[in-house]
Amino acid sequence: MIKFVLMVNQQGQTRLSRYYEPVELSRRAALEAAAVRCCLSRNKDQCSFVEYKDFRLVYRQYAALYVVMGVTHSENELSIYELIQNFVEVLDKYFSRVSELDIMFNLDSVHVILDEMIQNGHIVETNKSRVLAPLTAINKMVDG
Amino acid sequence: MSDVVEKTLTALPSLLSLDSQPGSAKLSTNSKLGNLIRGITELTSKHEEEKLIQRELLSIKEQVSSPNTTMRQMKELMVRTIYCEMLGYQASFSYIHAIKLAQQGNVLEKRVGYLAVSLFLDESHELLLLLVNTVLKDLQSTNLIEVCMALTVVSQMFPKDMIPAILPLVEEKLSHSKEIIRRKAVLALYKFYLIAPNQVQHIHNKFRKALCDKDPGVMSASLHIYLQLIQENPEGYKDLTVSFVTILKQVVAGKLPMDFNYHCVPAPWLQIHLLRILSLLGKNDQSTSEIMYEILDESLRRAEMNHNITYAILYECVKCIYTIHPKSDLLEKAAKCIGNFVLSSRINLKYLGLKALTYVVQQDPKLVLQHQMTIIECLDHPDLIIKRETLELLFRITNAQNVTVIVEKMLDFLRVSKDDHTTIDLVGKVAELAEKYATDNEWFIETMNTVFSVGGDMMQPDIPNSFLKLLLDGFDSVEEDRKLRLFAVNSYISLLQGEPSRLPQRFLQVISWVLGEYSHLNGDLEPDVVLRLLAKLLDMKSSSSETKSWVLMAMTKLCSGGAALSVAREVSETYGSSMDTMLRQRAQELQHLSQDSQLQTRVLPQSSSQEAVEVDSSLSFLDWFVSEALAAGAAPYKPPHQRQEEMSRSKALSLEPYGLSLPISMSSCSVADRQSPTLLSMSSGLSGDSTELSHKGSSTTLKLDGVKRVWGREGYLAQREPEEEAAQVETPAPLQSPSQQGDKDSSHSQAPTPTQTPESEQEKQQLASSLFVGLASQSSASLMGKSEQTSQRFRRKARSPDKSLSSSEQLTNPLGSPSSGADNLLLDCSISSELVSAPEQTHLQSLDLTAANSACDAPDGDTKGRKTLSRDDSVSAADVTPHEDPDRPKDLRLASYLPAELSGLSGLPHSEITLVCSNQSLDLSACHVQKDDSLEFVVFIKNSSDTSVHQVQVQVSCEELEVSCVCDSPAEELKSHSVTVCQYRLTVKRPSVYFELAGVVHYQLPAGSLQTEQFSHKLPLKSFIRPLAVSTEDYGTMWLAFSHDTKQNLPLLSDEQEPLTATLNVLKKKLQLHVVEIIGKEGIVACCLRPDQPCLLHCREHAGMLAVWLRSPVPDLPDCLLYHCQRALRER
Repeated sequence: MIKFVLMVNQQGQTRLSRYYEPVELSRRAALEAAAVRCCLSRNKDQCSFVEYKDFRLVYRQYAALYVVMGVTHSENELSIYELIQNFVEVLDKYFSRVSELDIMFNLDSVHVILDEMIQNGHIVETNKSRVLAPLTAINKMVDG
Repeated sequence: MSDVVEKTLTALPSLLSLDSQPGSAKLSTNSKLGNLIRGITELTSKHEEEKLIQRELLSIKEQVSSPNTTMRQMKELMVRTIYCEMLGYQASFSYIHAIKLAQQGNVLEKRVGYLAVSLFLDESHELLLLLVNTVLKDLQSTNLIEVCMALTVVSQMFPKDMIPAILPLVEEKLSHSKEIIRRKAVLALYKFYLIAPNQVQHIHNKFRKALCDKDPGVMSASLHIYLQLIQENPEGYKDLTVSFVTILKQVVAGKLPMDFNYHCVPAPWLQIHLLRILSLLGKNDQSTSEIMYEILDESLRRAEMNHNITYAILYECVKCIYTIHPKSDLLEKAAKCIGNFVLSSRINLKYLGLKALTYVVQQDPKLVLQHQMTIIECLDHPDLIIKRETLELLFRITNAQNVTVIVEKMLDFLRVSKDDHTTIDLVGKVAELAEKYATDNEWFIETMNTVFSVGGDMMQPDIPNSFLKLLLDGFDSVEEDRKLRLFAVNSYISLLQGEPSRLPQRFLQVISWVLGEYSHLNGDLEPDVVLRLLAKLLDMKSSSSETKSWVLMAMTKLCSGGAALSVAREVSETYGSSMDTMLRQRAQELQHLSQDSQLQTRVLPQSSSQEAVEVDSSLSFLDWFVSEALAAGAAPYKPPHQRQEEMSRSKALSLEPYGLSLPISMSSCSVADRQSPTLLSMSSGLSGDSTELSHKGSSTTLKLDGVKRVWGREGYLAQREPEEEAAQVETPAPLQSPSQQGDKDSSHSQAPTPTQTPESEQEKQQLASSLFVGLASQSSASLMGKSEQTSQRFRRKARSPDKSLSSSEQLTNPLGSPSSGADNLLLDCSISSELVSAPEQTHLQSLDLTAANSACDAPDGDTKGRKTLSRDDSVSAADVTPHEDPDRPKDLRLASYLPAELSGLSGLPHSEITLVCSNQSLDLSACHVQKDDSLEFVVFIKNSSDTSVHQVQVQVSCEELEVSCVCDSPAEELKSHSVTVCQYRLTVKRPSVYFELAGVVHYQLPAGSLQTEQFSHKLPLKSFIRPLAVSTEDYGTMWLAFSHDTKQNLPLLSDEQEPLTATLNVLKKKLQLHVVEIIGKEGIVACCLRPDQPCLLHCREHAGMLAVWLRSPVPDLPDCLLYHCQRALRER
């Protein structure tokens, strides 16, 4: 099961966070900082999975941006690793070349996309066009 | 990795000027959101961030409540608030506006409103109720996008109690023409199932329809529900195996539309999902497994493409193959797959390979042998997670031969690891292995020393507990026991002579206890030397007051004669005036016992530490207190593990290291209810003076959460058995010499690193032979007719059978925490009061651990209200129940006075006749008889004097009971030594755990004086409970009508074949409950006090517990009944 999804940049600033288990607001900053530290301290030759407390972090780096997912031990880490890639590919398709600023300025859309893909910590949709369908429909309605 | 993404993101820093950004094009540069984002990107310190966000929040607060704010502005405000919350600043003032936005905005605004709600509120937030109407409206909307959004938010969060309001609408959507609506409806139902499984029970067939939906999206959504259902009850869904296999076949064959592909692999996550379901279905089921062999083979074959996602599928496939009923050629292929993973140069694959290996090693330990060289390399891998996973693997293959090497490796890791969680986990594993496979005393004690020093005060409290228990209980050989203890003593003495200030508190406590108990084994050791060493601990600044208590207790055991006395006196003088009351008490004990050697030998006999001490673990003597508290409205007690469980059920991410949040004494054991955590309950076969006194088997056994129990009564090793069997069946492999093993390896692994020097290679091979020795020789050992168990060193002594019959011996927490006042209660050994005279002394003179470990001679002085708790074995049964003897003959004689309709002939058993009050002229006894509709209470009045008494009148009353007199027989004259009987009918007015009947008897002595005597009698609610025979349908209607309910988890008799049935049967037998029906893991049970006072129980087997939900129209009845259920199960 996925416990949370984070997008953090190299400076350790959170760009997106989504929790699938309630975590107090006050605790989140510390958790995110620790998670980023874990990931930043690793080099390319090291495993993309890190042990953190009683769960595992799966992370993937895109330039200065890290996408990190916290998962339980029973989860298949490699499939989560690829899920991150899939998520970024969907963003790429939507923003037609996604950048950190796209994510910042369209935080709501990114959340909507993520909500289509992951719910309650489970992967619910991975088909790119289906993930984007609701969002594009909304945009069409507003524009037209 | 997508190159496009990579490139774009690399170019990012140069694009930081906002104007050139396509994403920001829509926003004017001076829009508020733009400003905020610019502000955030320019932040350089936490302080700046705080200032920026506080300012932002102020401005949002102002605008959000302004009536002029349009929905469009509100949407922007919400996005800004999302930012603030993301950075960790609460903006609770905006939550209500998020709901309003979802209610009133257009589609885009509505979407942001819903999004904000789902981000801000957690599932139990009360504001969520305000969302229900909006959701309801949107579900009925003709705009599909709105329906979609409503379904999405419902599947994320919805108030449980409001599910019935929207359930029909969601169900209706299951047959909607658009696939996306159907899919989201299924996901919403999945959510409902997660939060309130009962509410969607009736639509299980619709789930099946969803599974067969023509759209793959809807079908895969329904798999979430099935995975959950099958996890809970695999038996119920075996018939679907064929469907799942067919689906997987189609997916693997690429029958899905192209857009389901991910990097040319058809719907990989769907495949993984299906494989998980199949492994659950095929587990321990040959015929079901056979259905899936073909497709598993196919999956293995198809997933040969070199891409991460295919490896992810392979991993799942391999796991499935090793979980279901084995098939040799599949296993072979799976093993090869694992081999490829482990040998891969890609580190992620290597990790996955190790993880798979760890998973399969239980089924196939030989597979590890093939990869031993790789494993050795992984042990020295620079990446900690690889190392960690390897240790996990080694932990599973540990046996008596390789334990030393493996434990050494683990300790090496522990010494460098800085992560608390890892330390706690590994320390537990080392302790487990050390106990299980210790080769000799020296090694065992030294390993445990390292465990205690490294694990420090972080480790699970079970570890020192079970270590001390091991020392205390001993093994089969007395001589071995002595040697082990002696070695421990010597080792600790030398530690204390070194630098004890560096040792963790927990370790010091262990040391104190061991020295206190066993230092006499070393004849050369003068007690005063030990005392001085211990006294040094007291003077250390770093010692906690808990540790000091332990030290003082140890000293109390040791101070006898000569020089020791002066040390003792010195110490007790210093601490006799300590500010810490606990220390002061220990010091007082020390002082008094050291002065009175006779008393000391009586309280702390050295030789008898082996003898069992009986302790009333059910604390029945406190029942009156509990029932009073319950009657006064106190909440029923919940054991710590349950509290914890309830906390974890709220699904919080645990950010704390395990177990530290609870006091030591409580977290270590999941003792049912009101049992003492500190209790040393090695009960003997003596039966107590009431059934309530004797405590029972499995419910009191220690549950070591997370840590496997190492020692059973018959020795150890339940979970290794299958492996051993497998090893015995196999043709024995001859023990390989290191060089042979090396050869074998290089053929498998193609000599991992050719650049290595021969020496290091040789070193590795040596390590290999020592690490994997057990695995290879296991079978050869069995050839020689030696079972592996013989190599086990510490086998716990078997108890004499007569004892084991009555109850389980266990030491719930030998350490206890001496500082907790409540613990002392338990060991109230009634040491005569002159022992302690400190003014602050409570009336309970405790001797704590000391007294409990040795048999304590408790003068049974206080039998009236409370029963003495711990009794010496030597106290005979008669002494245990001092007032029963005179009663016994009376019972028989009085029984004959029972009214005819209640006497033995009527078939109604009467309770024991007990004496309730007695004076020089009258003896009053009472008993009750359970009739179908009421309880008859009978009072026997016996004139024990030599003269007759007159005008005998009895009145009985009770606040909670309706008392009606059946036959009062106000005897004009009661002759000498004759008996008269009064009979009352009792029904419950208001439920209570216990009913206290108050009675008054008036009579006239021949002299003419009018006498009054009061008495009381206690009845448990249990006596009023009657079975209620209802049908399942009636039960259903009644259930919905009752308003008072309680939920709690009770212990499950999990050692039985069918735990649920067995547990319910116990309840049926003990409490006369009527078991209406048992379906799968759920059972419904009914009972009543009177026909109009029913109580229904819904029992569900859940996570090794019995989750009980009680409902009744009578207030308090569920709580009171629950109390008795708890007791019944505990006293089984």
